Amino acid sequence: MVEKESVLIKKVKEAFRDAILETTVFRGEITHLVEKSAILSLCTFLKNDSELKMNYLVDVIGVDYQPREPRFEVVYHLYSISRRHRVRLKVRLAEGEAVASVANVWKGADWPEREAYDMFGIVFEGHPELKRIYMAEDWEGFPLRKDYPLRGFKDRYNPYGVDKEEN
Amino acid sequence: MNSGKNPIEDSMFFTTLDSIADVLRNNPIVKTVKGNPVVGDVVNWGRTSSLWPMTFGLACCAIEMIAAGCSRYDLDRMGIVFRPSPRQSDVMVVAGTMTKKIAPAVKRLYDQMPEPRWVIAQGGCASAGGPYNTYSVVQGTDLVIPVDVYIPGCPPRPDALLFGFLQLMEKIKKESPFIIEDRKLGY
Repeated sequence: MVEKESVLIKKVKEAFRDAILETTVFRGEITHLVEKSAILSLCTFLKNDSELKMNYLVDVIGVDYQPREPRFEVVYHLYSISRRHRVRLKVRLAEGEAVASVANVWKGADWPEREAYDMFGIVFEGHPELKRIYMAEDWEGFPLRKDYPLRGFKDRYNPYGVDKEEN
Repeated sequence: MNSGKNPIEDSMFFTTLDSIADVLRNNPIVKTVKGNPVVGDVVNWGRTSSLWPMTFGLACCAIEMIAAGCSRYDLDRMGIVFRPSPRQSDVMVVAGTMTKKIAPAVKRLYDQMPEPRWVIAQGGCASAGGPYNTYSVVQGTDLVIPVDVYIPGCPPRPDALLFGFLQLMEKIKKESPFIIEDRKLGY
């Protein structure tokens, strides 16, 4: 169990007093809600600080919370292999907003960020090659958005889809 | 020899494939032979005895297809030998979920196979989309290419695939084998 005054909370709050909007601890899992503009510097700090050493980016995830405003959330799961502790970062984004890419901090962010772009249309600024990773290159729309029809649009491959005019 | 030219080249191209085909098509002896039901049965026997499927899998059904090809079920004993190229194949086993992204590639591979060719849709996904009535999955192989045999199951056991091949053999035995030549589509 992580104590309330864990180094992950204390040091981060000292260094980024204004950028941490909210910190929650649930069952020993620490979650920071971070200001969008501070995510890149916070990630660089978390990786390079000698006490934190978050050298492993587990995943980058996009979430669509429509109809809440701001609509999107990007979630970063971090782990330190040497220190054996975890932290979760969340950034909130409105539609059309972009967030800084952390692919230059952890190389492993490359494909997860492309996945978040592919599924939700979240743009990561500074990403080395932001293009679709799962869907075909000529795919229209972002299929995991809440306003995208579950069964897709009607075409020659799917007669059960939704008509494009209806949507 | 020293001219760098193939010495038999001139004799090889004394005529075109089309003219050979025309001679064969209008030859009364060939016509009689083609009309003989025993000849048809022999040709169909040859086709059913060497069904060569393409080595091509899309999802978990492909694992069952591999198992069917391995020693326990051993498709080889019925002349079903997996080929690495669509140009050498007679049968396409659509093994697994076909997404909209792979559908153009499946269509292209089917177009690359020489006639006569057959298609087996293995499993629920290839037959009708299976559980995936979603934005990215093709709702049945027959929306892309014509299908001869549908095999239910999720995934079907190797026995079921084997049975599908046997059903396809029964189907081929009822076909008229020279239909492509007669329609002048073969050349």
